[in-house]
Amino acid sequence: MAVAVEHRQKIAAASPRSRPRDLVLFVAGAMLLLSAVRAWTGADDLTSFGTFSAALRLAVPIGFAGLGAIYAERCGVVNIGIEGMMILGTWFGAWGGVQYGPWWGVVLGIAGGALGGLVHAIATVQFGVNHIVSGVAINILGAGVARFMSVIAWADSTVGGGATQSPRVQGDIPHVSLPFLGGGTLFGWHSPDALGWFTRHDWFFVSDIAGFLRAFCADVSWLTVMFLALIPITWWVLWRTKFGLELRSTGESPAAAESLGVPVYRMKYAGVVLSGALAGLGGAFLVLEAANIYREGQTNGRGFIALAALIFGNWRPVGVALGSALFGFSDALQLRQESAVHALLLFVALGALLFALRALYQRRWKVAGVLGGFAFAFWLYYVTTDQVPVQFVFFTPHLTTLLVLSFATQRLRMPAADGLVYRKGQVQ
Amino acid sequence: MTLSWPKRFGLLLLGPVLAIAFSVAISSIALSASGNSPTLAFTQMYHFGTRLDSVISMLNRSIPLYISALAVAIGFKMNLFNIGVEGQYRLAAVVAAAAGAAVDLPAPIHVLFIVLVAVFVGGCWGAIPGVLKVTRGVHEVISTIMLNTIATGIAAYLLATHFRAKNAPGDLVIKTKDIPKSGWFPNLNKILDKLGIDVVTRAPGSELAGFLFVALLLGAGFYLLVWRTRFGFDLRASGVNPGAARASGVDPKRMVVQTMTISGGIAGLVGISQLLGVFHRYTIDFPTGYGFTGIGVALLGRNHPVGMALGAMLFAFMDRSAQILDLNGIPKEIVVIMQGVILLSVVIAYEVVHRLTEIAELRAAAAQTAAAHAGAQVAA
Amino acid sequence: MTEITTTAGPGGTSGPSSYAVELHGITKRFPGVVANDRIELEVRTGEIHAIVGENGAGKSTLMKILYGMQPPDEGVIRVEGRDMRFKSPKDAIAAGIGMVHQHFMLADNLTVLENVILGSEPTRGGVIKFDEARRRIEELGRLYGMELDPDELVEDLGVGERQRVEILKVLYRGARILILDEPTAVLVPQEVTELFTSLADLKAEGVTIIFISHKLDEVLSVADSITVIRAGRTVAQVDPKETTARKLAELMVGSELPTPETRESTVTDIVELELVDVSIDAPDGRRILDDVSLVVHRGEVVGIAGVEGNGQSELVDAIMGIEAVTTGEIRLGGEDISGLSTRERREKGVGYIPEDRHRAGLLLTEPIWENAMLGHQTSKPFSRGPWVDRGAAHDATQRIVEEFDVRTPGVDVPAYALSGGNQQKLIVGREMSASPSLLIASHPTRGIDVGAQAAVWDAMRDARKAGLAVLLLSADLEELIGLSDTLWVIFRGRLVAKLDPATVTPEELGSYMTGARGEGSGQ
Repeated sequence: MAVAVEHRQKIAAASPRSRPRDLVLFVAGAMLLLSAVRAWTGADDLTSFGTFSAALRLAVPIGFAGLGAIYAERCGVVNIGIEGMMILGTWFGAWGGVQYGPWWGVVLGIAGGALGGLVHAIATVQFGVNHIVSGVAINILGAGVARFMSVIAWADSTVGGGATQSPRVQGDIPHVSLPFLGGGTLFGWHSPDALGWFTRHDWFFVSDIAGFLRAFCADVSWLTVMFLALIPITWWVLWRTKFGLELRSTGESPAAAESLGVPVYRMKYAGVVLSGALAGLGGAFLVLEAANIYREGQTNGRGFIALAALIFGNWRPVGVALGSALFGFSDALQLRQESAVHALLLFVALGALLFALRALYQRRWKVAGVLGGFAFAFWLYYVTTDQVPVQFVFFTPHLTTLLVLSFATQRLRMPAADGLVYRKGQVQ
Repeated sequence: MTLSWPKRFGLLLLGPVLAIAFSVAISSIALSASGNSPTLAFTQMYHFGTRLDSVISMLNRSIPLYISALAVAIGFKMNLFNIGVEGQYRLAAVVAAAAGAAVDLPAPIHVLFIVLVAVFVGGCWGAIPGVLKVTRGVHEVISTIMLNTIATGIAAYLLATHFRAKNAPGDLVIKTKDIPKSGWFPNLNKILDKLGIDVVTRAPGSELAGFLFVALLLGAGFYLLVWRTRFGFDLRASGVNPGAARASGVDPKRMVVQTMTISGGIAGLVGISQLLGVFHRYTIDFPTGYGFTGIGVALLGRNHPVGMALGAMLFAFMDRSAQILDLNGIPKEIVVIMQGVILLSVVIAYEVVHRLTEIAELRAAAAQTAAAHAGAQVAA
Repeated sequence: MTEITTTAGPGGTSGPSSYAVELHGITKRFPGVVANDRIELEVRTGEIHAIVGENGAGKSTLMKILYGMQPPDEGVIRVEGRDMRFKSPKDAIAAGIGMVHQHFMLADNLTVLENVILGSEPTRGGVIKFDEARRRIEELGRLYGMELDPDELVEDLGVGERQRVEILKVLYRGARILILDEPTAVLVPQEVTELFTSLADLKAEGVTIIFISHKLDEVLSVADSITVIRAGRTVAQVDPKETTARKLAELMVGSELPTPETRESTVTDIVELELVDVSIDAPDGRRILDDVSLVVHRGEVVGIAGVEGNGQSELVDAIMGIEAVTTGEIRLGGEDISGLSTRERREKGVGYIPEDRHRAGLLLTEPIWENAMLGHQTSKPFSRGPWVDRGAAHDATQRIVEEFDVRTPGVDVPAYALSGGNQQKLIVGREMSASPSLLIASHPTRGIDVGAQAAVWDAMRDARKAGLAVLLLSADLEELIGLSDTLWVIFRGRLVAKLDPATVTPEELGSYMTGARGEGSGQ
C-alpha cells in the first residue's frame, strides 16, 4: 500500500540527525559559492553586510512563526491558522506599542497570537474540527478582527491611523552590537569593529564571510537576539525536558501518551497556544522592528512561509531557522539590489549543478537529470536576460519553497500523528 | 434511513442555526463594547438588505462566492484542500480577458470561447499541485498557497507587459484591452421584467448578472457528478476512506490529478461573471479574496450545492447590507467578524452535531436490529 | 450459573484479604450495547489470573475500566482491599496497575528510553535526568531478562522486542499488578514460550498478572486461576487444574465449538493464479518479497502462514495491483496481469477480503448499499455507463443482505452502525455475489463473533466447491489448517516451506514461521 511505502521511505531517511559540523560545512559551502558568484558578476550586494543584516531582519518574523509551528505540529496539530495568529500579533503589537510603548507591544502581540492559538486549540483539540478547516477559519477571523478593531481604535484617532493602519509607534526596541567583533560599546568605550574592517576590503570569501558574520554582531535588535536564543532553547525544551517529551509523544502517538497518563489535551493546548504566541511575536516584530506601524496585510503570507520553513526544516528548530533564513535572504536581495537577484539565478544554477553532480555520483540518475535540467534552465535564463521582472522577484521565496519541497520530501519526517484528530479515550 | 427524516433534517440545520445565533451574540457584544447599538445595526441591515437593488446586488455578489465554493468543495469531497482557488481564478481571469479582447467572434461563441479559456487556464494551474502531490509527495495545502503568490505575480507581470492596453492620455489604470460587446454576458433584467419585477423604477441601474444561470448549472452539474456518477462515487470513496477506495480499484494518483484539475477548472470561472458582466477587462484592481471566502462558503454549506448556495447568499447578504452601517456611524467591518465567527462556530457545531448523529444512528440501528432479531426468534 | 471455586490459589499468600484486584458489579454501556453486565472478578495477589472469552465478550472493555481509561457506569473497583475510583490511567498507575495493550502503545519515532519513561520521567526542575533513567532501565532489564538498548528508536525493533518495551514501561512505573491484553496474539509459538518464562520470573518477584486471552491451551498452561466471560457477563471462575479446554470452550461459547474442517478435496488441475518469481523491493532497496512462486488451482484453498510483517501484506497488494512488483510475473487464468490496474484485475474476477475491514474494506460513514458496490462500482448491476444505478444497486444489496444474513435495519444505514461480524459478512457477501474466479482472503474472520466466523467459513467452503480458487492469509492457525488444501509458510519475504495441512502440527508451523527451521526442509 502506498502509505506503507511512504512510511518505509521516511524511516530510511529519518535516522541521520543534523550535526553541528555538517551545518557549518553547509553554510560555508553556500557562502563560498555565493562569494564566487559575487566576484564574477560584480553584484556586490549578494554578500554585503547590508544584505545579510536585512535578511536576518526579514527572517526573524518567519522564524518566530516557524518555531511556533514546531510546537503545534510536534503535538500533532497542523497550524495553518498561523497567518491569522500573526495578523493578531501585528494588530495587538501595534496597539500595545501605540498605547504603552514598544515592549508592551511585544507582550500584547504575544498575547494576541496566543489568543488565536487558543481558539484553534478549542476547535481542533476540544471539538475535533479538521485542523486545516479550523486554520482557514482562523485566518479569515483574524483578518476580520484586526480590521474591525482598527476601525474602533484608530478611525477617529487624532494621532493618525485609520481603518487599515495604526498611528506610529513611538520609541524603538533597542539594538546592540557585540564589542570587538561588531564595534559595540564596552562600559561606554567604543570597541574596534573587527568584522567591519574585513568587510571594507575586497578579499575574496574573507570579506564575504565577514559581512555574513557581522550581520549577527552589529546593530542587532534585542528581539532578534531573542529569536537567535530561541532556536537552541526550543531544541532543549523539546528534547531535554519532561514537557517536551510529553508534547512530542502526543504528536507521535497520542494513544500511547494517554495510556501512560500524559494529559494529551493539555499538552496539545499548550503546544498550539505556544505556537500562536510565537506567531504573535513574529507579527509584533513586523510592526515594532520592521515598520514602526501596523498596516493591513502586513504579514503578507509570512505565516504560510513559516509553515513552508517548518516542512523545509523537517520539524526541527535549526532546520526551521535555516528555512526562514533562506526566505529572508531572497527577500532582502530583492529590496537591496535588483541586479543581485539576477546574479542569484547563476547561484541557483551552480547550486543545482553541484547537487546534480552529487546525484550522479550516488547513481540517482533521474534526480540528477531533473536537477541538471534545472541548472541548465536557470543558466539559460541568466545569460539571456539582464534582469528579473520585479513581479517574479516577489514570488521567489514561494517558488523556492515549492522546488525544495518537490525535491526533498523523501528526506522529511513529520510527526506520525500530525494533523489527525484525536479524541480522548480513543485507545483501542 | 434509520433516523426519521424530520430528525435528520433538524440535526442538519442545527449547526448553521447555532452558528448564526452565536455570531449575532458575539457581534452584539463587540458592537455594544464599542459603543454602538446592535439592535440599530441589525434592523438597519435587514431593511437595507431586503430592498430590491440590494437583493439583486446580493445575488450578483453570491455568484463568484458560489463558484469558488464549488471549486473548493469538489476537492473537499476527497479530502483535498484546494486553497489555491485564489490564484487559479486570478490567472484565469487575466488570460481570459486578454484572449477575449484579442479575438472577434459572433456573440454566443465569443462568450463560450472566453469561458473555455478561463476553464482551461484554471484547470492547468489547478493540476500543478495535483501532479506535485502524486509525483513528489508535496502536500497540496502548502503547494496551493505557494502557487497563489506565484499566480498573483505572473498575473501582475502579464498585465504589466504582454497584456497591457495602451492608455489614453491621463488614464493611469493598468488594464487589458476591452472585450468587444460580442463577448459580454447579457443580464437577466428581461426575465425579471417578465416575472413582473419592475427593476427600472424600483432599482434603477441594477442588473441581475446573467452568469447566475451558469452558476446554477454548475451547481446542478456538481450534484450529478458527485452523487450520481461512478466518478463521483470513486471521488467520495477516496475522501471517506482512501485505503478502501484503492482496494476497490480507484487509482488514487489519477483521482488526485483529475480532481484538482476539475477544481481548478471551476475556479477559473470565479472571476468571469464580473469580467463579462461588469468590467469587460482585467484591471490592476480586479476583485480579490473570493478564493478564501469560497473556502468559508464551502465549509458553511457542507460541500452540498444547496447548502453552499445558501451560504454564498448569506455572506453576500451580509456584505451588501453592511454598506448601510457606515451611514449610521457603525463600523461596517462588524460583518467581517460575523463571517469569521460564523465560520469557526459552524465547523465546531457541525462536528458536535456529527457526533450526536453518529450516536443516534448507532442507537437506532441497534434498537432496530435487536427488534428484528427478537421478532425473528419469536417467529421461529 | 456462577461457580466460584473456593480453593486457595497456588500463589501461597492465601487468606480472605489477599486479593490484589476485586471487581464487583461492573457495568458499562455503550450506545446500543451493554459491553459489561455486572461483572465479578477476584484476583489473588501474586497469581497469574486469566480472563478468557470470545472476541467481543467484553474483556477489553473490562480491562480499560480497571486501567482507568473508561469509567464504569456501575460497580466497585477494589485494589489491594481499598476502593478505587480511577479518573485516568494515571490513577491506575499510581495504584500499582500497569497495562500492556494488545496493539502496542508505542511512539515509533521516540527511543526505547523515551517510550519507557514517558509520563513518569525522572526530572530535576522539569529537565529529564537521562542518566538516571538509563540506569534504571538497564537494571530492570537485567532483573527480568529483558535487555534492550535504551537509545534505539522503537521503529527499528521487532515485535517481541516491542512487547518487552511495553512490559518494561509498566515495570518502570513500579506496577505490582500487570494486565496483559492478548499478549500472544502477535507472537509466534517460540516467542510465546519466552514470554511465559518472563511471566514466571515476574510472578516469582511477587507481581500479580492478569492475562487476557481466548487461546485456551495457553491459558491452561500458564494461569493459576481463570475467569470466563461471555457476552459481557461473568460466567464462571475455575481452577485450571480441574478443567479442560473442552469445558472452558463450552463455558466461553455457550454452545458447540465451530470447526473449520473441510476434508473432501475439490482441487482441480486448472491453474487459476500463478506467481512466478515475484519480488518487491522497498524504495530503500530492502527486499520485501523475495522470489515468491506459487500456484492456486480452481477449487483449491492455498493458505499462507507467517508472523505478521513478513511480506504477507505486500504479497496481497502485489496480486491486487496495489503495489507494483519489482520483478516477476503474476498470471490469472494463464494471462499475465502484472501490468493491469487494480480495477482491471477486479473486473477480471479477483475478489478481495482485506485484512483490515475498517481501513481497506468499508466506507464506514456511507450507506450499506454504497459499501456493497465498493470494488464492483464499474460493473452491473451497480452502474450503467458512467452513471450509478441506484435502484439496481439497492436491489442487489438487499439480496446480499438476505443471502449472507447481514443483520441490519436496512440498506440505507451507514456501515458503522453494523457490528463487526455483520460488516465482515457484508464484505464477504459482496465479494462472493460478484462470482469471482479467485478470492484473496486476508484474515477473513479476524475480530468477529463465532456465528459470523462460521458463516464466513461456510461461504468460503461453498464457493470452493463451486470451483473458486482461494488464497487465504491468516494468523489463526486453526483456520489455516482447517480450510487449506495446501499450506505455505512465509518468512522474511520468502516462501520457506510447503506443508500438508492434514499432518502438520502447530509446533512444526511455528518453527518455520520463526525461521528456526531452515528453508526447503519442508519440501
